Amino acid sequence: MIDYEKALSKAIKEMKPSGIRKFFDIAQGMEGVISLGVGEPDFKTPWLVRKEAIDVLEKGKTCYTANSGLMTLRTEISKYFERTIDTHYDPEHEIVVTVGGSEGIDLCIRSMVEPGDEVLVVEPCFVCYRPIVELCGGVAVSIETKAENEFRLTADELREKITDKTKLLILPFPNNPTGAIMRREDLESIAHVLKETNIIVISDEIYSELTYSGKHVSFAQIEGMRERTIVINGFSKSFAMTGWRLGFLGGPHQIVSQLLKLHQYAIMCSPTVSQYAAVTAMQSCIGDIEKMKNEYDMRRRFVVDAFNKLGLDCFTPQGAFYVFPCIKSTGLSSVDFCEKLIFAKKVAVVPGDAFGACGEGFVRVSYAYSINHLREAVKRIGEFLEELKNGKV
Amino acid sequence: MEQLIQLLKSNSRLTNAELAVMLGKSEQQVADDIEKLEKDGIINGYTAIIDESAFDPNTVFALIELKVTPQSQSGFDEIAKQISGYEQVQAVRLMSGTYDIIVEVTGKNIRDISLFVSQRLAAIDAVQETTTHFGLRVYKDNGIIIGSDEKDERGMF
Repeated sequence: MIDYEKALSKAIKEMKPSGIRKFFDIAQGMEGVISLGVGEPDFKTPWLVRKEAIDVLEKGKTCYTANSGLMTLRTEISKYFERTIDTHYDPEHEIVVTVGGSEGIDLCIRSMVEPGDEVLVVEPCFVCYRPIVELCGGVAVSIETKAENEFRLTADELREKITDKTKLLILPFPNNPTGAIMRREDLESIAHVLKETNIIVISDEIYSELTYSGKHVSFAQIEGMRERTIVINGFSKSFAMTGWRLGFLGGPHQIVSQLLKLHQYAIMCSPTVSQYAAVTAMQSCIGDIEKMKNEYDMRRRFVVDAFNKLGLDCFTPQGAFYVFPCIKSTGLSSVDFCEKLIFAKKVAVVPGDAFGACGEGFVRVSYAYSINHLREAVKRIGEFLEELKNGKV
Repeated sequence: MEQLIQLLKSNSRLTNAELAVMLGKSEQQVADDIEKLEKDGIINGYTAIIDESAFDPNTVFALIELKVTPQSQSGFDEIAKQISGYEQVQAVRLMSGTYDIIVEVTGKNIRDISLFVSQRLAAIDAVQETTTHFGLRVYKDNGIIIGSDEKDERGMF
């Protein structure tokens, strides 16, 4: 008999499964559930991109590419960085095409974190940072952002958590789950705190194209910060290409050349068909981004207004496709709220504490759905709140 | 205006209040915009998109191509208007190509439509020729997918 307990590492056994997953499983097992839980676009990948993938398959172009990705794609990514965040990355040495933004995050953390290192994680945030840090023996240190600051990271909050063990800061803006963004002046004050340190910043900008007030600003754009920043981005959210598993990162070659070794051994190269298709996305589908963004923007206004009218305070997010209403007025915990809601009204939302302890008292609502879908969901949530008030649920 | 039109095309039952929120305008502005669109003949009505065959399985849809001799004064206008006047007719369009006018008709059954073509359309002097195509099944109408069985397969991540 194999003793699997002995076979598995302590770190993997202690790793908690994602809190999002649990509600997905409940929703899966029920008939007629209307979900507001997804973290991916409802749009289809632009047709030209799909067509390119079909062509590539027909031609049989299915070999490995260079480890860091097709040179044509890296060149397009380099142009994209210049166009969108006004920052130059050398396609030869400073860009890697990754398996989604997720792999980029994994590469950065594993290439830099040693046992005992502290990694500052700005919460609430996407669920993957902490487990990877802990897998490396690092210590994930939460920095809790607050609703009254529109979930932006402030210089004081950052300064308080820096110790001589701090190795990395993970900066996830536009933010999943809050929809918060960092304006240029917010980033400048963060830069001011970091200036004299050796802290590296992983700037997870996967939602950069979904910024609704003004243009997205990258931390790498702030004076002097490019040298300490790795920018993570990808095709998933901007081009509705989640299942293609394609992301990219740009950073100083001293770091990128090192983390590329891990990518070489673990992944070899990102999916070839996806890479060819992504070249087309970059060259011919920028207009689609704008169209999708306009659509999200209308839904965003609709959902924010609806939640505020229902009496669940909801700050107006300026990025991504989530709203993060506060449910404290119901007297329920996030998990209780979500459980009661799904069982009473078959509406699935995600408890805020799945994104860090400070998300308690909030729920994540995705608006990557049609207006008609959102309307129905909002109606049911309204009924739920009414019944809650009357003690019926 | 373009966004307003798109929203109304996708669902004309959205209230002015809902439209206002989505467009970042006031309710009054939206009401004024819609009134202007109506006045300018851009919005010509609001209707429901019905899957007729689900409502009554005997219902028949037909597209009828007409070759027409243009009239000396009015060209095709008068005839097109005359055809538009018939109750059964859903749409009339002047076309380029091998025929001149296309008429969209729904009837209770095939006989209904046959009578309409032979007694009404073919009886018009200027109509030289008719070709009738019966619809077998509708998949999309007015931008709306009919009887969609597409499921949202996205998981929660």
